[in-house]
Amino acid sequence: MAENNRVIDPSGSAVKAARGGLDFQQLSVKKNDKGYAWLFLGPSLLLLIVFIFYPMLKTLYLSLFLTNGNGQNTVFVGLQNYMTLLTSATYFASLFATLIYVLAVSLLTIILGLLLASTASKNVRGSSFFRTIFSSTMGVSISVSAIFWLFIFNPSIGVFTQLAAFLHLPILNWSTDPNLAMLSVIISTVWMNLGFAFLILFSAFQSLPQSLYEETAIEGASPSYRFFHVTLPLISPTLFFVSIITLIESFKSFGLIDLMTAGGPNNATNLLVYHIYQNAFLNGNYSQASAESVILTIVIAVLTFIQFKYLEKKVSY
Amino acid sequence: MANVDQWTRNKKIWHYILLILLSALIIGPFIIGLWTSLLPTADISSGNLLHSSISLNNYWEAFTQTPIIRYLFNSLLISFLTMLCQVFFCSMAAYAFVFIEFKHRNFYFYLVLSTMMLPFEAEVIPNFQTIKSLGLLNSYAGMIVPFMTSAFGIFMLRQAFMQMPYELKEAADVEGLNHWQFYVKAVLPYSRLSLYTLAAYSFLSAWNQYLWPMLTTFSDDFRPVQVGLRELQSQETFNNWGMIQASAAIIVIPTLIVLYFGQHYFKSGLNEGAVK
Repeated sequence: MAENNRVIDPSGSAVKAARGGLDFQQLSVKKNDKGYAWLFLGPSLLLLIVFIFYPMLKTLYLSLFLTNGNGQNTVFVGLQNYMTLLTSATYFASLFATLIYVLAVSLLTIILGLLLASTASKNVRGSSFFRTIFSSTMGVSISVSAIFWLFIFNPSIGVFTQLAAFLHLPILNWSTDPNLAMLSVIISTVWMNLGFAFLILFSAFQSLPQSLYEETAIEGASPSYRFFHVTLPLISPTLFFVSIITLIESFKSFGLIDLMTAGGPNNATNLLVYHIYQNAFLNGNYSQASAESVILTIVIAVLTFIQFKYLEKKVSY
Repeated sequence: MANVDQWTRNKKIWHYILLILLSALIIGPFIIGLWTSLLPTADISSGNLLHSSISLNNYWEAFTQTPIIRYLFNSLLISFLTMLCQVFFCSMAAYAFVFIEFKHRNFYFYLVLSTMMLPFEAEVIPNFQTIKSLGLLNSYAGMIVPFMTSAFGIFMLRQAFMQMPYELKEAADVEGLNHWQFYVKAVLPYSRLSLYTLAAYSFLSAWNQYLWPMLTTFSDDFRPVQVGLRELQSQETFNNWGMIQASAAIIVIPTLIVLYFGQHYFKSGLNEGAVK
């Protein structure tokens, strides 16, 4: 065994060399290491290639063809599928609805998440109890959230309807009014997101330096000044991380839409991924769905790239 | 002095009011769901939510008249196996990136990392065809195999493995341990916490899968709860709200318990990406 030939290196240069890369001992085991490299990395690499890289290329390929119902390519049409999409009113409506949804969900998640985290980070008796409550929606899955909120928004027997009737307020048609349907999907998503946002933002609040607070308190800064000029800048990297994650996740929303509105009423909640699903699996239009998938990938790749770049710089003020 | 006391006391009261209001906002939907799950459906339909008799009938019905136990079993099995595979394959890949020198290592690392940019949601069409041609539609394997590894897991464990003191690797080399032995005897035990974190994280995300199982399962034998609940809902929504709510409660209660005990791991795992 090549490893047995290794000797203790008193100067520690092997450590440096191994970290840096070159080392004669390393070279002597290289042949053996190659086998290990494939053994250890191979399974993951194979899975990623089969289920992520290959499908991505295939999607790109499919998006340039017309495909029949069985997913077989018939005619090469170049960018025509994209042109069809970008001139289609329904697709633009879907893009626009997604944008509204994504922005509303991210903003509300961040604002409410901040409110929850800052409230829970004050040291009062019982605050750990409240923390557990605040993070509890992390345990709620899509289907459970959909059922809870479908009942609350139910137009005939739902809690909101009953409350409105009790208070003699106008009764709203949550499921038939396009704006309200969108609002109900946004509310359920934000509620479901809050546990996650809270948990991360709360950790950021926990790691704030206490001394800075004492200083600003002595200087007589008001709580709101402190929040906007001390706290926010200090937690800005975490804030940025949560926003990007929420943006990416809301661009990919599917389950809640499928369960709560099925894209309706009148396509008001037909967000990007649901539109892909509809086109591909309900209408059998694989080529257009593939073009939509490519557009979705570009959007998400850009957001993820921004996230990496930002994290790399480890921005803090 | 008395003034200051008064002021801090008032502040505290306002603080508690805010905490309680926010808690109500968060647990409101839980409470409404759990409460209605205890009521007879007739009372729910007639809007009689407060002056009704509570019972566990809906739970009994959900357990005996729907395949919910089967759904739960399927979910548990799928999530557990996905979790095991992720911990195993991700840790192996991460090991390669930290402890094995090989050609183009950085290239492979960035290749793996780049998959984080490609959303699975945009690739369902070819993946559906792949799984179909492998004959894995409507099977456990069809729901597990595509998620047996993840760039996120590899990345997270790589960060953890890089924290290991290099002297350990030296000592192992002196002892003549090969990579496999070092991985099993030193790396895995040393990074236990990170492995638990990935386990908790991958279990939860497998449990929450929706789009993929919806596309690839056609029978109750393999449906996980998320999709099973959709099935129940589309069959029963308009007449049996009590039972639907009971089914939702049956699903959410175990996850809340897991979350309560696994909180620490979720937190550290999520922060792995946020605070570096």
